[in-house]
Amino acid sequence: MADTLYTPILEAPKAEGAGDQHMVLNMGPQHPATHGVLRLVLEVDGEIIVRLYPEIGYLHTGIEKTCEAKFYQQVVPMTDRVNYLDPLSNNLCYALAVEKLLGMEIPAKGQWLRVLLAELSRLNSHLIWLGTHAMDIGALTVFLYTFREREEILRLFEALAGQRMMTSYIRIGGVSMDPPLDFMARVQAFILTMPEKIDQYSNLLTGNPIFRNRLKDVGHLSAADAIALGVTGPPLRASGVDFDLRRDMPYSSYEKFQFEVPVSNDCDCWARYVVRLVEMRESVKIIQQALDGMPEGSFSAVDPKVILPDREKMKTQMEALIHHFKIVTEGFAVPAGEVYQGIEAGHGQTGYYVVSDGTAKPYRVHMRYPSFATLQALETMCKGRMLADVVAVIGSIDIVLGEIDR
Amino acid sequence: MSDSLGQEKNLLDKTAVLEGLPDHPALKAILAWSPGSLTDAKFDHGELTLTIVKEQIRAAAQTVQAAGYNFFEDMTAVDWFPSTPRFQLSYHILSHAFKERIRLRVLLQGDDPVVDSITPVWAGANYYEREVFDLFGISFEGHPNQRRILMPDEFVGYPLRKDFPVEGYR
Repeated sequence: MADTLYTPILEAPKAEGAGDQHMVLNMGPQHPATHGVLRLVLEVDGEIIVRLYPEIGYLHTGIEKTCEAKFYQQVVPMTDRVNYLDPLSNNLCYALAVEKLLGMEIPAKGQWLRVLLAELSRLNSHLIWLGTHAMDIGALTVFLYTFREREEILRLFEALAGQRMMTSYIRIGGVSMDPPLDFMARVQAFILTMPEKIDQYSNLLTGNPIFRNRLKDVGHLSAADAIALGVTGPPLRASGVDFDLRRDMPYSSYEKFQFEVPVSNDCDCWARYVVRLVEMRESVKIIQQALDGMPEGSFSAVDPKVILPDREKMKTQMEALIHHFKIVTEGFAVPAGEVYQGIEAGHGQTGYYVVSDGTAKPYRVHMRYPSFATLQALETMCKGRMLADVVAVIGSIDIVLGEIDR
Repeated sequence: MSDSLGQEKNLLDKTAVLEGLPDHPALKAILAWSPGSLTDAKFDHGELTLTIVKEQIRAAAQTVQAAGYNFFEDMTAVDWFPSTPRFQLSYHILSHAFKERIRLRVLLQGDDPVVDSITPVWAGANYYEREVFDLFGISFEGHPNQRRILMPDEFVGYPLRKDFPVEGYR
């Protein structure tokens, strides 16, 4: 039986040719720069990283197992909690997967609203990344500014769903309810100020020589390595691979929006910073287009067996009451089959693999989250670099431990 | 060859898929390599599923990789307990060039499930195979570091198997 305190790398012989000067270091699980409970076992030669081994699982809650015991609609709140920085993207990905199984078509308004929210959620996620990443490097000020804007986004979510972080707003079949009357005006007011705010962050960081030197030429990841290791999202595009699911395999009407996909060939932490910053500006553009062209009509599909009835109808019509009762107590059956739905979330490609056996509970829900794969690239990026660069690299790949451990 | 194919007719068995998608790059590559290794095929919800014989999965992965399916996206298992064969492994492979995804599927018997690792083909499969080993107890031959990844090392049992209770053993 293994001693839980030590992993084999600690007992294993050190790298070949290593003399006595190699040291094995534990970084984490409680370390402010690991963005959660990530433990890294590092073998160092002085300040130089020889080997790096991530030890994960501290946040594992068995959420995939729990999903198997829930009705399809009860899984939606679980998805929020996996990646708590980008909740609406998770909701969206799961909803799209189940809708694919059901063969359900979502009305235009619902789809556009989902795009708007997914982009707000991406902004939210990138703002947290920027603030914490800059803070890790030592530029504390930016954190206060990014969290100011993030607060506004969370207020919008609260107005929308009654919850700041665990929104569960995007449901199977559409969204849970119409947004409040002043919601669109508030989003408009917010995104009008956003480009200026992004300039502000950029002014604080881009010209900052310390920030520059800590990121430039640090954490090199070639395109070939990025593809081999399953890296997705901004880190992949910062390695020169021009691929974005929103543009290349559009879902939820993304094909109707015009936006650029930023790509950089520098392959370092700086490139990841630049790519994300441009991505934030593009998100603002997408939100503006969604506001301008928001179609009229219903925000959710019509299927009384799957979607909860309107509250008003439930209290006045027998039929609606029965449907409500049936859905809440028995769930709804989903045709047998398996689907995989991938979306471009803030951190990279999120995917849900849902297997149905024809009952009201999913037979298997597997969540593919980008941080899990990206973490594998950490050793490639840090090998041969200084210990302090590990902090910069972890910040630049923007991992969320909730989605790694699930 | 995008998701828009989803509106087209579903092709539910191997014969229908071979007739319906004669020009599909992955299918062509697999047939050119070893037609006998493809035991079943299915096209539904706009997704192509190719069932590969268990012994050939690494070679099949190399074949589709050479055919342009360059990106290993996801891999997991499904436990069909008490049916046989008990385990299904689903590999999701994406092509950046074709902007399309395929699913490779392998079926495994429940007693002593072992399959070749595809980590030599895509290094990124490493964590995914460790996860399946950890939660389903399926072994991957040729895996560089097959250890539990999410559960503690001394944990007994495989939580995502269907005969493992949701609440755990108390």
